[in-house]
Amino acid sequence: MATYLQQLLNGVTLGSLYALIAIGYTMVYGILRLINFAHGDIFMWAGYWVFFLVILFRLPWWLSAVCTVAIVALMGVAIERLAYRPLREAPRISLLITAIGVSFLLENLIIVLPWAGGRQKPYPTPSLMTQIYTAGSVRIQGVTIWVPLIAAACLLGLIFLVYKTKVGRAMRAIATDIETTALMGADINRVISYTFLVGSALAAVGGILWGCRYPRLQWDLGIMPGWRAFTAAVIGGIGNIVGAMLGGFLLGLAEILIVAFFPKLSGFRDAFIFAILIFFLLFRPTGILGKTMKEKV
Amino acid sequence: MLEVKNLHVYYGGIHALQGISFSVAEGQVVTLLGANGAGKTTTLRAIMGLVRPQEGSISLNGVSLIGKRPYEIVRMGVSMAPEGRRIFPDLTVLENLLLGAYARTDTVKVQRDLEFVFSLFPRLRERQYQRGGTLSGGEQQMLAVGRALMAGPKLLLLDEPSLGLAPVLITEMYRAFARLKEEGRTILLVEQNARAALSLADYGYVLDTGRIVAQGPTPELRESDLVRQAYLGV
Repeated sequence: MATYLQQLLNGVTLGSLYALIAIGYTMVYGILRLINFAHGDIFMWAGYWVFFLVILFRLPWWLSAVCTVAIVALMGVAIERLAYRPLREAPRISLLITAIGVSFLLENLIIVLPWAGGRQKPYPTPSLMTQIYTAGSVRIQGVTIWVPLIAAACLLGLIFLVYKTKVGRAMRAIATDIETTALMGADINRVISYTFLVGSALAAVGGILWGCRYPRLQWDLGIMPGWRAFTAAVIGGIGNIVGAMLGGFLLGLAEILIVAFFPKLSGFRDAFIFAILIFFLLFRPTGILGKTMKEKV
Repeated sequence: MLEVKNLHVYYGGIHALQGISFSVAEGQVVTLLGANGAGKTTTLRAIMGLVRPQEGSISLNGVSLIGKRPYEIVRMGVSMAPEGRRIFPDLTVLENLLLGAYARTDTVKVQRDLEFVFSLFPRLRERQYQRGGTLSGGEQQMLAVGRALMAGPKLLLLDEPSLGLAPVLITEMYRAFARLKEEGRTILLVEQNARAALSLADYGYVLDTGRIVAQGPTPELRESDLVRQAYLGV
């Protein structure tokens, strides 16, 4: 029983991290029909920013975390402004290739940066996250409690933003029809910037919390979580925000349960995840909550 | 209020508008008539800044609209109910209407305009919490017009508001337009349905393959041979 509960909590923890990253994929895809390959690297950079601010600038952890969210959010906005916006009218394949280029740029920057590159760096994890809580026979690490709580707070905030505010309304509108949204008097570029701001901020929260769970920093740490979160977005129905959250939790749970109950198969966890991705793309490309999207001209 | 002079637009390789000029005075309802492909929609898209004219001028109360982005043009007081309605199917009726007022900050006036739209189209009030995609074609057209009114425009552009609607709905739609006219609103109405448009408008222009081929006050246009033969079928 205790094992079940513990594994369930682990699954929820991992799932909430995937959910945080998946939002950015799904929001950007919804508007630009672009798989933003750089998103996983944005997530990776968040871990490094905490490292820079705590180790190099000696800021307190919580302040570093807050600054990291702000900096990474602005990085996302800058990437859209500099790399994607000039290609708004270009064929979509150009945009896709540019996204791959930005992804390589972000990864290689970390490799060549003097304070970051080379060997793995230790992630500064606050004691709150490593503390062990015991309840009867269940022993729970701080991360397993705090990560889902913080993630849930962020996701609720996002739902409020998207469904209850003016700019959120414009974000949903722009996902179905960019031109008509412009006719409503909304500055399209601004709404798209907000989308990247929000998506990258959530990825930053994901990256900060990911570090607490897996405290090693390396240039490629965003790649696999990025792909898994992308898979989560596809499972939930790409373009659908609630779907991305759902897909994230489902994938996280599935992954942990496989590792926990079929330990011999744990080496195949990624194969398993990508089998799910292929399955959905083949048989239900619109995901669980998605619906058929019209091809934009 | 609106002055269009010598407007040229090329669409791909096509010379869609070949130097058209027309004007809309304040409080007037002006209609642009013409067959499919005559350039009516292109004209409206050029006014809204959705296509860039190669030559010519468009001005609103003396201020040029050329080179302005669509959202700036909306903020200057022009809004449009586009061809094919283009409502947001996943947003509720109320959300669609509120999006129409995106650029406005005066919530009191926005609320008043919302009440006005609901009084103009009571069916929208009944369905305000329904998703836009669940509305019938006629209701979607009401929503598109209501949404354009929510911008509080000085000049309202209507692109083919009767397209695909049953005759009884066209009558209902034009009754609402007549009320807008009585209130002194300025409207530029694009139609293939010449009969309906001429019954409402004060002044009309007839477009044919990118040129204006006839114009005049509507009673005169209705009597002209060109309009009678080509558009009224008599």
